[in-house]
Amino acid sequence: MVRIQILTIVTNILFLVYIARLIVKGKLREEYAIVWIVCTLFIMVFSFWRKGLDVMAHLLGVYEAPNLVFTGAIFAILIYLLHLSIVASKLQNNIKQLSQEIALMKMRLDNNDNPA
Amino acid sequence: MKERVLLILPCYNEEVALPVLLTELQHTEFPNHYQVDVVVVNDCSKDKTAQVAKQFKVALIDLPMNLGIGGAVQTGLQYAFRNKYDYAIQLDGDGQHPPHQVATLLAAQQQYKADVVIGSRFVGNGEGFQSSFIRRLGIRYFHWLNRLFTGNQIFDSTSGFRLLNKRAIALAAMHYPDEYPEPESLILFAKAGYSIVEVSVQMRQRQGGASSIGSTASIYYSLKVSLSMFFTFIRQSKY
Repeated sequence: MVRIQILTIVTNILFLVYIARLIVKGKLREEYAIVWIVCTLFIMVFSFWRKGLDVMAHLLGVYEAPNLVFTGAIFAILIYLLHLSIVASKLQNNIKQLSQEIALMKMRLDNNDNPA
Repeated sequence: MKERVLLILPCYNEEVALPVLLTELQHTEFPNHYQVDVVVVNDCSKDKTAQVAKQFKVALIDLPMNLGIGGAVQTGLQYAFRNKYDYAIQLDGDGQHPPHQVATLLAAQQQYKADVVIGSRFVGNGEGFQSSFIRRLGIRYFHWLNRLFTGNQIFDSTSGFRLLNKRAIALAAMHYPDEYPEPESLILFAKAGYSIVEVSVQMRQRQGGASSIGSTASIYYSLKVSLSMFFTFIRQSKY
């Protein structure tokens, strides 16, 4: 084992523990945690299997292994950002419907309190 | 039996213009065979719009947060839908849409039996309100887009002064865009197979408040509206 391997493995474990803590405390929903856990496992695999990166790069026809890391990471980040936009859109829609419903109910209540 | 009409007044910071409009509405005579009610939709104004509205004998829907013009109008339409109104007419709170022209829209509905009637600045004699060059350019562009997507000849697709009948109310209560809803909703209605007619009305300059579209925002406006018109056009209808 090389120093960098130990470093990434330890960081990975700490990160996993942190995510687990967030889920336990109810601060992170499981469905959003999946991405993070999968990413961590991915990095974990390549931390142990040092040659793996070169093997994968060779398989995919990438000349420099680090380029594969950057391409993969950026792609994953973009997809996750898109996912967050979808979540935000859904939330906005839900909030809109909620406030419309609240406004209409509030109106009915007011009318019951002082009927015209 | 009288047909029931709901006038929906979406308001955002209209404490100046709203009392003028509501006073005018009290003195407006509507055709006898209609029972006309008014609902003010306060889109979480920062000023005293809600208090002003309470001084008049009108229904008030007070939104707990700012939803934008589309969300506010839709709330009014949901109210119309649940209370089984025959027609809903949007009348902007800034006083651009003169109350006496409500009768014009109702008459056009009677004549053409249309599902949607638009009060237009650009059909017929086109007197009264004249808008800026940029706005006119935009309106020509939307006319073209509408013809492209729906085949309808609509000249004033940005006009918010419109009448919806029962089935148009039902659709819009479910599906209505939040932001800049006017041109986009026309695609929605056309795709549902609803007939749309335009009648000439005279509009006025706003009595107070500010336009929802500034000059810098007009590019964003056209882009956003074009996009949403396109996607409304290609969307598989769920209704």
